[in-house]
Amino acid sequence: MGLENVIAEALPEVLTTRLDSLINWARKSSLWPATFGLACCAIEMMNATTSRNDLARFGAEVFRASPRQADVMIVSGRVSRKMAPVLRRIYDQMPEPKWVISMGACATSGGVFDNYAIVQGVDKIVPVDVYIPGCPPRPEMLIHAVMMLQDKVMKESVRDRRDIPEEEAREAVVPGTLPITDGSTARQNTLPESRPYTIASRHERRRSN
Amino acid sequence: MSSATIPPQFEIVDRPLDTQMTISMGPQHPSTHGVLRLELVLDGEMVVKATPDIGYLHTGMEKLFEYKKYQQGIVITDRMDYLNPLGNNLAYVMAGEKLLGLEIPERAQVIRVLFCELQRIGSHLVWLGTHALDIGAMTVFFYCFREREKILNLIEAASGGRLTPSYFRIGGLMMDLPAGFENRCKQFLDGFPGAVDEFHKLLSGNKIFQRRTQGIGYITAEDAIDWGLAGPCLRGSGVALDVRRANPYSGYEKYDFEIPTEPDGDVWSRYMVRMREMKESHKIATQALARLRPGPIKADAPKVVLPDRQAMKSHMDALIHHFLIVAEGFDVPEGEVYHPIEASKGELGVYIKSNGGPKPARVHFRAPSFVNLSALPMMSEGEMVADIVAIIGSLDIVLGEIDR
Amino acid sequence: MSSEPENTEPAPSPLVAALQREHPEWFSEVIVAFGETTFIVPREHIVAASTFLKAWPEGRFDLLADICGCDRGVEEEPRFEVNYHLFSTTKYHRIRLKVVLNEEDAHVASVTGVWRTANWHERETFDLFGVVFDGHPDLRRILLPDDWQGHALRKDFPLRGYEPYSLK
Repeated sequence: MGLENVIAEALPEVLTTRLDSLINWARKSSLWPATFGLACCAIEMMNATTSRNDLARFGAEVFRASPRQADVMIVSGRVSRKMAPVLRRIYDQMPEPKWVISMGACATSGGVFDNYAIVQGVDKIVPVDVYIPGCPPRPEMLIHAVMMLQDKVMKESVRDRRDIPEEEAREAVVPGTLPITDGSTARQNTLPESRPYTIASRHERRRSN
Repeated sequence: MSSATIPPQFEIVDRPLDTQMTISMGPQHPSTHGVLRLELVLDGEMVVKATPDIGYLHTGMEKLFEYKKYQQGIVITDRMDYLNPLGNNLAYVMAGEKLLGLEIPERAQVIRVLFCELQRIGSHLVWLGTHALDIGAMTVFFYCFREREKILNLIEAASGGRLTPSYFRIGGLMMDLPAGFENRCKQFLDGFPGAVDEFHKLLSGNKIFQRRTQGIGYITAEDAIDWGLAGPCLRGSGVALDVRRANPYSGYEKYDFEIPTEPDGDVWSRYMVRMREMKESHKIATQALARLRPGPIKADAPKVVLPDRQAMKSHMDALIHHFLIVAEGFDVPEGEVYHPIEASKGELGVYIKSNGGPKPARVHFRAPSFVNLSALPMMSEGEMVADIVAIIGSLDIVLGEIDR
Repeated sequence: MSSEPENTEPAPSPLVAALQREHPEWFSEVIVAFGETTFIVPREHIVAASTFLKAWPEGRFDLLADICGCDRGVEEEPRFEVNYHLFSTTKYHRIRLKVVLNEEDAHVASVTGVWRTANWHERETFDLFGVVFDGHPDLRRILLPDDWQGHALRKDFPLRGYEPYSLK
C-alpha cells in the first residue's frame, strides 16, 4: 500500500498503534497466496479452495500466479535441492508484507524423505510463520493455519513490515541464475559465485536480531 | 563520426535482429502441474523447440527404498504419483508378492480392483478439472473436486488416509472394509454416471474448448509407440493397448470392460479417451462391488503377513509375531522382477532386485508420466505457445512420479 | 505370482529357443525366473540385438518400456547392470535384456537410434549411476542439478549426501 510506510517514517511513535489495528485488519482479511504447488500437499491446497472447504470464507482464495501480487507463500510439499534456489527467488520477488506457511511434514522437516535430495525443512531457506503437520494435512488444517496466520498478522506492527529498498530488491534477482537447460550452453555457463538467495530480507534480519 | 570513435557496445545495432526468442516457463507456473520447467524457443508465437527441464521435485525415493524394509517402502510409493497412490501401492506390493510367490485371496483381489478403479476415476477427475482450468473453463474444476471428495471419503473410510492410504500390503490388505462400506460405495457409483454426463455438458459441447483442443499436439500411433507412450496418451492415438488386458493381474481378465480408443492422436482424443475411461472404470467398480464375498483378506503366509489385530490382543504369540515382522522384516528370496500395472496415466512398472534379506537391493519405477512427458518436445513443435498448456494438460503428468 | 499363472509369461521356452537359434552369440545366457525371461547380452551387441528384436516378426518387441541401471555393490565386479525391459504391443510378450558393465569402463552403446524413448531413460541412468551411453544425442543430467557432484544411486553414495543443505 505504501501509506503506512510514509506515516511510520513521518511519525515514528505516534499514531501507529491505532493504525496498526486498521492496517492489520485490512491485511488479514485478504491474504493472497502465491500459487506454489510442489507435491502431494498441493492437491490438498487446491482442495481447500473448492466448494466443500471454501477457503474464500477467510479471504485467502485468490491464488496468484505471480509472486509480485501475493502476500502468503504456501510451501506445499517437499523442497528439493534443485528447487531451493527457485523457491528463495520467488520469496524474494514477493513484496512486503509477506508471510510463509510451511504445509506438511516434508516442507516442515523433510518428512519421510531424509535423504540427499530434499532440503530438511523449508525454514532453512525462507523464514516460516506457520507450520502445518500432516502428510498431507487435510484442507481443514490449511484453513486453520490461515486463521492462525491471521491472528499473527493482527499482532504485528506496520513498522516491522516495510518494503525492501529498491536497490536491495534489484540485487535479489540476478538474471540468468537458473541453469540453462540446453546441453550445449550448460557446460559453457559458469555459475555465479554467490547465489542471490543468500541475501537476507529485512524481515529475516529483524528476526535474527 | 568515424567508426573508430563508436564505443563497441553500440556496434550491436548493426546486427540483424534475431527472430527467435527463448523463454523459460516454470518451474513456478500455474499450468505446468507442479514444478515442470520448459525452455521454449519461439518464433513469434510459434514454438520452434520445447525442452523440458525436470528434477525440481527429485526426492531420491529410489535411493530411500534401498534403506527401508519392504513393508516400509509402501509408504514411499504413496507419495510418488500422488493422484493415484493406490495404483502405486498395487504395483509395488505385487512385485513383492511375485518375488515371494504369494497367493492372494479372492476378496483381497476384488477389493484391490475396486479401489484401483475408484482411484483411477479420482485421478482422472483431477486431470479433468486442472486441464479445463488451464484452458480457461473454471467451473469444471469445482464439479470435479466435488465428485472426487466422495471418492476420497470412501478411501479414507477404508484406509484412514485421504491422499496417502498405503492400503495394500504385501500379502493382502491392511484391514477389511468397514461396516456399511458397500452401501456408501454403491451410493457413489449410482450417482457417478450422471456426473460424467454433467462434465460432458459443461465441456465437450463447448466450442472454445473444442477449438483449443482439436488438432493440437498431434502424435501418430507409430510415433507414440516409438516414444514409449502408455495409457490414455497411447490410446488417444488409436492403439488399443491396456496392461489390464495385455498382461492381466488381480483378476482383471474376469471383468467386462472396453478399452476406449480415439483415432486422432490430438489433445481432444486424449480428452475423450479419459472421459470414456471414467465410465469404464465405473463399470469395473460396479462389477467388483457385486463380486465382493466374505472371506480372508490376507494371504496364508504367516512369515510375511501381519497377524490379525484381534488375535494380537488376546494371544502373546501373535503379539510377538507381529513385533518380529515389524521390527525385523521378512526375508525375500534373491531375484529380480518387473511388474507392470495399468495406472491412471499408463503402464506403471516396478523393478525390484533382491539380494535376499529384508531390504531390496534396487527398486526402480517405470513412471508413465516420465515417459509421456519425454514426447512433449515432439508434440509441441510448430504449435502456438498458448497450446503448450493444453498439451501438457492432455499428457496428465504428475511431477512427483516423473522426478521420484 | 501364482494367482495369475497365465499371461505373465506366455510361452517362454519357444521364444527363448527361437532367439537362441537365430542369434546364439547374443542370446546365449538366459535366466528364467519368476515367470520372466532375462537375456544377458554382451555389451557390444546391445544395439544389434535391440534392432533385431524390434523388427523380429515372431516377437516384435516394438515398445521399450524401461531402462534402469543397477549397482551391484562397490566391491562387485562387474559392478553395474543396465536392464532393458521390452514389450510387444501386438503379442504382449515381455523380456528383459541385461548388460553388465565394469566400473572402470562403464560405457554402453545408446539405443536411442532404435527406440527414441530411450533418450530420457538413458539420461536418468547416466545421472544416477554414471553409466555413459555412447552415441546418445544429448547425454546430460536430468533429475539432479547440473552442478551436482557424484552419482546418487551408486551404493557408495551416502543416503544423506555429502553435506546438509545450506543457503551458501
